[in-house]
Order: sequence, then structure tokens, then C-alpha cells
Amino acid sequence: MGMTMTQKILARAAGVESCRAGELLMCKLNLVLGNDITAPVAINEFEKMGATKVFDPAKIALVPDHFVPNKDIKSATMAKQMREFARAQKIVNYFEVGRVGIEHALLPEQGLVAPGEVIIGADSHTCTYGAVGAFSTGVGSTDMAVGMATGECWFKVPEAIKVVLKGKLKPWVSGKDVILHLIGEIGVDGALYQSLEFTGEGVKEISMDGRLTIANMAIEAGAKNGIFPVDDVCRAYLAERVSREWTAFEPDEDAEYSRVVTIDLDQLDLTVSLPHLPENTKPARECADKTIDQVVIGSCTNGRISDMRVAAQILKGHKVNENVRCIVIPGTQQVVKSCLAEGLVDIFIDAGAIFTMPTCGPCLGGFCGVLADGERAVSTTNRNFVGRMGHTGSEVILSSPAVAAASAILGRVATPEEVL
Amino acid sequence: MKVQSTVIKYGDHVDTDVIIPARYLNTTDPAELASHCMEDLDSGFKKKLEASKIIVAGRNFGCGSSREHAPIAIKASGVQLVIADSFARIFYRNSIDIGLAIVECPAAAAAIREGDEVAVDLDTGRIDDITTGETFTAAPFPPFIQEIIRSGGIAAVVRKRMEA
Repeated sequence: MGMTMTQKILARAAGVESCRAGELLMCKLNLVLGNDITAPVAINEFEKMGATKVFDPAKIALVPDHFVPNKDIKSATMAKQMREFARAQKIVNYFEVGRVGIEHALLPEQGLVAPGEVIIGADSHTCTYGAVGAFSTGVGSTDMAVGMATGECWFKVPEAIKVVLKGKLKPWVSGKDVILHLIGEIGVDGALYQSLEFTGEGVKEISMDGRLTIANMAIEAGAKNGIFPVDDVCRAYLAERVSREWTAFEPDEDAEYSRVVTIDLDQLDLTVSLPHLPENTKPARECADKTIDQVVIGSCTNGRISDMRVAAQILKGHKVNENVRCIVIPGTQQVVKSCLAEGLVDIFIDAGAIFTMPTCGPCLGGFCGVLADGERAVSTTNRNFVGRMGHTGSEVILSSPAVAAASAILGRVATPEEVL
Repeated sequence: MKVQSTVIKYGDHVDTDVIIPARYLNTTDPAELASHCMEDLDSGFKKKLEASKIIVAGRNFGCGSSREHAPIAIKASGVQLVIADSFARIFYRNSIDIGLAIVECPAAAAAIREGDEVAVDLDTGRIDDITTGETFTAAPFPPFIQEIIRSGGIAAVVRKRMEA
């Protein structure tokens, strides 16, 4: 019986020849990630376990990105706890304010994730790194604590759903539309406990930023991880960032899949997810009756430079609707610099949008764009649960940066064709 | 380990954002987290806890964010057991890690109603709905998982092993 990409990576990390779905393996970890919300709980557990030293200070990443720059005194206290732990443990990849970005935009950009590696993070969107052919998955703070102490984590080997991408995306349609469409097809628990393995000739049509967006939202289908094959597009991305050796894995020809889902990219429309679940998908053009109060362009899902470029291309020469607050949040300091160098910041400001520092902020209703009762946002973030961005009486519609930018101009859900 | 009480019933896809909203994630204190548990889903949750120690829910309980604050808040609220049709995988791991008892049993999750008196034997997986007289069987946890739950979480188990 053949193995999937995920199964091959887990087998190697466990030091075994092969493995099958359902087996329990203890795997060596290449990276353990935490943020300012989850790491403090992990540090408490680390100490409760009686651990005194992390297994490897170079294989832990601590990223204060959720409520930082500190939004209130309690958040400041948690950020301080993480900072002091990072200093005491000599954590190499602690990113202070000024150098920090949104964790899942930052780590790939900094070359901290590579093909074949096994990565856990106390953040559900850790599955993002499957875009570069790594096995990466979200865990809780206690698993993070055990990972920091021992450098290991146990996994139940997952089954996989094979997602075959065919054809070529239409203009303005992006990775975000691919993943929203897929979640709409299989549901928010459609891939529960399983891998989503992306394959097919359509993969090469999707940029690395697009793949990062797709893998990022694998968790929104309940998946353990989402993973892409390592092709020339990926190799070019890695060549600029990763200097250590890495191994790419391909699925065996006879790998077993629980299900095959085919997505014809030629047929794919600009897609949105209506409240209050990511599976409530609809073509954006059918939602023009939805007026909005706020637009958020950014997050670990869509805060990369190509997302900023698409938004700027649409906003250029236009004004944000007078009824809308448009908040543009670059994912990292590198993205900020690129936006400045390319003149995108001028476009955003001239359009009447605000251009902020990198933060998770409004995505989880933290700060920097929290919604009031009765307000509705179009957002390029990843979740539209009840109360996710603020009041339980508010609503979030998930979209791509292209739809978000067009919606900001027209004050309702809109497509780029309507404004260009 | 046995748990018996009336039941608080919820539907499918109860996410961690309603279990503990992110606006309260600026603390790690279990009691403070518990004070806001479920407030965006069920304003009557605290009142129901006076009589109930068991939550029964539908599919994909605990979906969304990996925040361990979610099972911590539930446990610190005094809930002793969550039965669901299925659990989101991160929530499933987190619950075991912190010693919150959970049982996956689609038949029980479908049949048990709000307010039913239910008795559960975690060692055998037997679930009795005393109100209706129905009995269900879930796969019991292996002994090492039961030990984690009995010890109040994996940190305590690891510590015990390190001291041994």
C-alpha cells in the first residue's frame, strides 16, 4: 500500500519505513510555534511539567502578533511573560515589535519552514506551511509545551482527501476563491481528522501566496493539514529564503485516499462565505444586496504582498465608499516595505483607506477594527463565526482581496469588474 | 470514573470563539475564563450549570481556533464531561491534555435531549439516559488517556514521570 505526502513525512520524522492511516507515531519536530495568546498558557504548562530548558532554542518560534503592540494592560502582561521566557531560554526566533509580523506570513517569508519538515504551532492556522510541502498542524498550548520540552509530538497518521486542481484561474479569481469553494463543497468538518492533499496540473497556475492562502484555511474544513507538492514555483520561492537542506516528498502512485474532489479552475467564480460559517459559500456577484460598514484586507490568510497588490490595483484612482471604513493590514514588515517601495501605500491612503501595522487585530475581534452590533464587514480573513470580529450581532463575509477592495468602493459586496 | 447529571444540549459546529470569545483571551486565569464561557452562545449557561455537569452537542464541537482557553474555560466552569457526535481535532487533543473528559458518541449525541438525566461510566464507555431509559456505548479511552484525565491533565502525568 502506498503512502500520501503527509504519511511519508510523518514516517520519516518517526524513524520508520512506512506508516498507515490510524497508526500512532511519535515524531521529531523541526519547529514549535507559539504566539502572545497561546504561548503564555504553554509556558505555564512547561513549568508545571517541571521542565527547565527548551529542547533547542533555534527550533522554537515565538511571535507576538495577536494583541501586540499591546492593546491593554492584561495583553501587555502576557506579551511580557512570553518576552521574558524568550530571553531566559535564548530563543533565536523571538520577533520583537518592529521586527514582528503575522506568524503565518512571517515564518515562510523568513525561510523558517521547508519541505518535508514537521511543524506544530499553538495556533490553528499553522497548517499554512503545507504550501511549501511541510507537514504542519495547529495544536493547543499543552502540546506546544511538551514540544518545547521534548522536541517531539505524537500524531495519529491521517487519511487524506485528494484535491485535484484542473485548468487555469479566470481573471481576479485567486487561491482564496479555491479554498472557500472547497470548504463550501465539503463542509466545515468535511476533512475532519484528515489531510487535504492538493495535486493536479492546476497547481502550477497558483502562486505561492495563493497556495499559502489555500493551505492556511485547511483547518476551516476541519483538516489536520493541507499540503502541496513541491514544484518549480515552490523551489524558486524557497531558493530565496531557505539555505538548509530539505527533502520534498511526493505521494505514491497507489496512495490511498478517502475521497477525491476535483476543482475545475476555469469554472471557478469569485466566491464569498456568508455568515456564520465558512461553508456558506456563494458567488460574489449574487450578493450585491449585502451592504457593508467595514472592509478588512490582511491577516495570515491574505496579508501578503500579492494580496496588497491586487487590492491596490482595484482601489487605484477610486475612493472608499463614504459608509465604509477600509482597513489594510500588511502581514509583515517586509510587506510594509514592499508596499512603500511600490507606491501602494499612497494608493491606499489616497483612496481613503487606513494602512496599519502588521497584526492579527480585527480578525479575531481583538482590536484595530472591532465591529459594533448590527455592523457587517467584508473581510479577507478566515472565520465568520458569531461574534468573531466583535459584537455577536455583527456579521463577517469572507472574500478575496479583489472582492474586498471592490466592495470597499461600492459599499456592498462587489466584484472588480463593477469598478474597473 | 463516573459522571451523572442533567444535560445542557447544543447543536453542530460550536466553535471556540463562542466557547470563549477572543476579547477575553488577554488572561490565562481559568476562573476568569470560566466567567465568560459560552456567553456568546447561551446567556443561560451559568444558570444551567447549577444543576448540570454534562454538555451534549452535535458535530464538530470545538471547531476553529486552537485556543486551549476553550476547554480550560469549560472545565473551570464545573463541566465534567462533553459528549458530542464529533469533535474538532485540536479541541479533542486539548481536552485530553488538560484533563477534560470527552466522549465521541453519535447515537447518544443525537438521542439525548436538553434536561435529560444522564449517567456515564468513562471506564466502560456506557452512557445511560435515565430519563428515557436508553443506553448507548462509546469506545472507552485506553488506560493511559484515562490516567491523564484522572490526573487533571498531561502536565501532571509528565511531572510524576519525571520525578519517578
